[in-house]
Amino acid sequence: MPARTVLQQADITRALTRISHEILESNRGPDNLVVLGIPTRGVVLASRISEMLAGISGTPVPTGALDVTMFRDDLGRNPTRVPSPTQMPAGGIDGKTVVLVDDVLYSGRTIRAALDAIGSIGRPAIVRLATLIDRGHRELPIRPDFVGKNLPSAQNERINVHLLEIDGDEFVTIEEASA
Amino acid sequence: MRHLLSTRDLSRGEGITILDVAEGMAEVADREVRKLPALRGKTVVNLFFEDSTRTRISFEAAAKRLSADVINFSAKGSSVSKGESLKDTAQTLAAIGADAVVIRHGASGAPRVLADSGWIDAPVINAGDGTHEHPTQALLDAFTIRRRLHGNTARGRDLEGVSVTIVGDILHSRVARSNAWLLTTLGASVTFVAPATLLPIGIENWPVTVLYDLEAALGAHPDVVMMLRIQGERMHAAYFPNAREYSRIWGLDDARLALLAADTMVMHPGPMNRGLEISAGAADSPRSTVLEQVANGVSIRMAVLYLMLSGEGGK
Repeated sequence: MPARTVLQQADITRALTRISHEILESNRGPDNLVVLGIPTRGVVLASRISEMLAGISGTPVPTGALDVTMFRDDLGRNPTRVPSPTQMPAGGIDGKTVVLVDDVLYSGRTIRAALDAIGSIGRPAIVRLATLIDRGHRELPIRPDFVGKNLPSAQNERINVHLLEIDGDEFVTIEEASA
Repeated sequence: MRHLLSTRDLSRGEGITILDVAEGMAEVADREVRKLPALRGKTVVNLFFEDSTRTRISFEAAAKRLSADVINFSAKGSSVSKGESLKDTAQTLAAIGADAVVIRHGASGAPRVLADSGWIDAPVINAGDGTHEHPTQALLDAFTIRRRLHGNTARGRDLEGVSVTIVGDILHSRVARSNAWLLTTLGASVTFVAPATLLPIGIENWPVTVLYDLEAALGAHPDVVMMLRIQGERMHAAYFPNAREYSRIWGLDDARLALLAADTMVMHPGPMNRGLEISAGAADSPRSTVLEQVANGVSIRMAVLYLMLSGEGGK
């Protein structure tokens, strides 16, 4: 089965805009917000959301990157991963409302690792989760607060997220993984 | 990467990967909780047949920051002094269930013997063997140079165009050997400055320039000057007339320090013989990276342990 495009560039922008509005609505404004992206594509999405939050509210929102490699529970089951940089905003995360951003939410294991990683860096007041795609098949009791698109999928399907900053083009496709 | 025995085995890409992972490890030192769970449940054995302060402590700190269990073994006070062989020691470690062995040994090639022996099926990390190699020291030196030059934008970079002058006891120095291979692999140019008696035979086949005049070498304004320790414990012949003469001709004293540009790095792998190969003024100047090297050593060793022990290869 060939890859089927689920989101075009304009759809992704609309989804992120809506997520940004929802974040501001649930937080009642931009105060105390920190947006943390999970590498690789979560970091790009986080910085876009942060810009949108600033554009809508008129207040800059601190952004960072949170690498979770060292906290994964599958390190021994996969080839060695090279961690990406973790960058915390100058104000830190203690007492803040942290919005974690990732591209695809699947088993929930990455988010579990991210929660552990956050715990070793500081103690936020609240942690929320935003994801561009929720494809289901959770293996842990984790749910997103802000979702770009719910995309029911089979476990043998692959979801590819391409973003301009990293891939040079922008879309989300779903395809059957070649066995 | 199955073992880390020599920097000669490393490609430029592998070297940069280790340095980049170490950048991530260095971030952890600033956190509230300076510990990562990556190697939980693994056992790292520090097998030290030769004295060491900073290397052993550094490996121990690195393993503990990655949540591994550490067993420290030093030849003094162990059954080695009763005549136990390396083979029996290694098999004992295998029976205990070591996941990695960090070995320092007075005999060049001992880590290679251990890695190739089949006595133990764990990655072997060379922490200094005789006058052969000390790979993690060279990696931390390269890391220190890269961080000083590029700061926060160091990731992914090599050392193309950097000039490094290594001065002193090249003959006995495993640090000089490991650095010569690694730094040239990463693109730096390496110059050795030493009395002819302290240069190994066959030096002309190394990828380095050799000079016999320290003033001239410093006058060429290298980016890095690395002073080596005079290894009294390995000197069983007269390599130079006396310490004062060595210091006067080959030591980095305050007058020679003044010849260097303000941003030249002065490195020393430690332990230093203050007043012999390096003056206190040079060792304590802002150009000196001696303490940075120690701090960076933990990050480098965390990176090496992580890369060798995580993933499918690490069982």
